[in-house]
Amino acid sequence: MADKPFRVLPKVTSDNEHFWRGGETGELRFLQCTSCGYLVHPPAPVCPRDLSRQLAPHTVSGRGTVATYTVNHQPWYPGLDPPYVVAIVEIEEQADVRLMTNVVNCDVEKVRIGLAVQVTFEQHDDVWIPLFEPAA
Amino acid sequence: MTDGTPAGASVGERGAAITGIGQSDVGRRLNRSPLGLTLDACLDAIADAGLTRDDIDGIATYPGNMDNPPGFSGAGVVEVQDALRLELDWYTGGLELPGQLGSVIDACVAVAAGLATHVLCFRSVWEATAQGTKGRASVTSGGGGGGGGSFRAGGFMQWTLPFGAPSAANWIACYAQRHFHEYGTTREQLAHIALNARKNAGRNPKAIYRDPMSLDDYLAARMISSPLCLFDCDVPADGATAVIVSRADATAGLRRRPIDVDAVGTAIRGRPSWDQWDDLTTMALRDAGAMLWDRTDLRPTDVGVAELYDGFSFITLAWLEALGFCGKGEGGPFIDGGDRIALDGELPLNTNGGQLSAGRLHGYGFLHEACLQLWGEGGERQVPGPPEVAVAAAGGGPLAGCLLLTHRP
Ligand SMILES: [Zn+2]
Repeated sequence: MADKPFRVLPKVTSDNEHFWRGGETGELRFLQCTSCGYLVHPPAPVCPRDLSRQLAPHTVSGRGTVATYTVNHQPWYPGLDPPYVVAIVEIEEQADVRLMTNVVNCDVEKVRIGLAVQVTFEQHDDVWIPLFEPAA
Repeated sequence: MTDGTPAGASVGERGAAITGIGQSDVGRRLNRSPLGLTLDACLDAIADAGLTRDDIDGIATYPGNMDNPPGFSGAGVVEVQDALRLELDWYTGGLELPGQLGSVIDACVAVAAGLATHVLCFRSVWEATAQGTKGRASVTSGGGGGGGGSFRAGGFMQWTLPFGAPSAANWIACYAQRHFHEYGTTREQLAHIALNARKNAGRNPKAIYRDPMSLDDYLAARMISSPLCLFDCDVPADGATAVIVSRADATAGLRRRPIDVDAVGTAIRGRPSWDQWDDLTTMALRDAGAMLWDRTDLRPTDVGVAELYDGFSFITLAWLEALGFCGKGEGGPFIDGGDRIALDGELPLNTNGGQLSAGRLHGYGFLHEACLQLWGEGGERQVPGPPEVAVAAAGGGPLAGCLLLTHRP
């Protein structure tokens, strides 16, 4: 698809592939502690709440809220044209799990702190980049 | 736990003093050897203290020798030690510190512990020359410039680069936006960090941008990442800065009356991250600032001059709040109009023009200027008095460190 913007892609490893490839089945996934339910992001081998080592990928709703954002006007990369919105989104299930992302399918001037958003994925090679759009 | 001095602990950094400062030429594209610039600053500082290189038995630097991003480091411990054939009892150089001045704080701790007597501390950059005619070299674009190709982002950068957010300008902009949202801070207020810096730079012969700037100029500048415009971003420079940290009881007979280190702040109690930090209107500087005041009986009202990091203007505003010069969220009204922070105001701020106008010397420029002001050698930009208490603070995001300095008759 020629209409996709240029993106630097992440290095996918066994530690993060649940996150970067969840979009293949439309799922936003985080590591979750199976003993206390805490979502651990970025992925780590120990739950920071109870120090359990029992962690497994968990699919969340994909809904979240814009905690803050900026409209980027600087052309950092050929093929990724400004202006675009860089946002920090808090996920619905656990507010202290945040993603830096883009808010897409929306006029950049319409984005506000507190905006309800939902995940949408953009595939590049073997990676599904989680972006967000205003919730339906 | 919020107390920076556990019961029974002493304020060990008081065993350190600053005895000399030095700086190379500073400019855009000097096309000088980075090590040459570094040695200019180092030799200048050693002579300023009234020492010789034989007296130097320690080195501390940030970030150490590294090739990427281009121009970010002019030299590490090894290059300087070898060039000057120094015999060292102690040294450190690295990135994982409480900000750029964390290296100076390390030196304070080292001399207080008796590991060294006179530590040469330096920071050197050549980002303007490295940048050449291309985009800003300090942006972490991945793959050594431009990204793309087969480069893939790991570590923290995997959470930012795929979203076209390679620059601290984007990350700091997110913090500024949240501050604007929660507290009603405006661009017209934030402008005064940049306008104050430019006014002071006009009195600093070494500053890079010295032409007057008006509020209209600021508001008309192109947006980089809202709400930050071009004049909210510091200017890449070539230059090196050095300071000598000495054991406080080994300063007799030196050229200058030393500057005393009264307290330092090094704390980070939230998650060490740009995007996972708990309060998106503060940064690690919240904790470093609070710790500083826990270690001294001095109060913010005692401070006669403040030199607060301005890699981006919003960071200075956040340091003002973190250090208690105004209440949390009150930074906008505090700087509004610029009178309070002017050279003749109640809290003269970034008196050399900061990194926004004087050049991005990356943290050390603020410490250099704080010392210059305390020694009464600020020339045209000297704060009357001279002031007896200064704060130098550096770092943004998960990096933050600060020093409270005194120089009393
Ligand atoms: Zn757990």
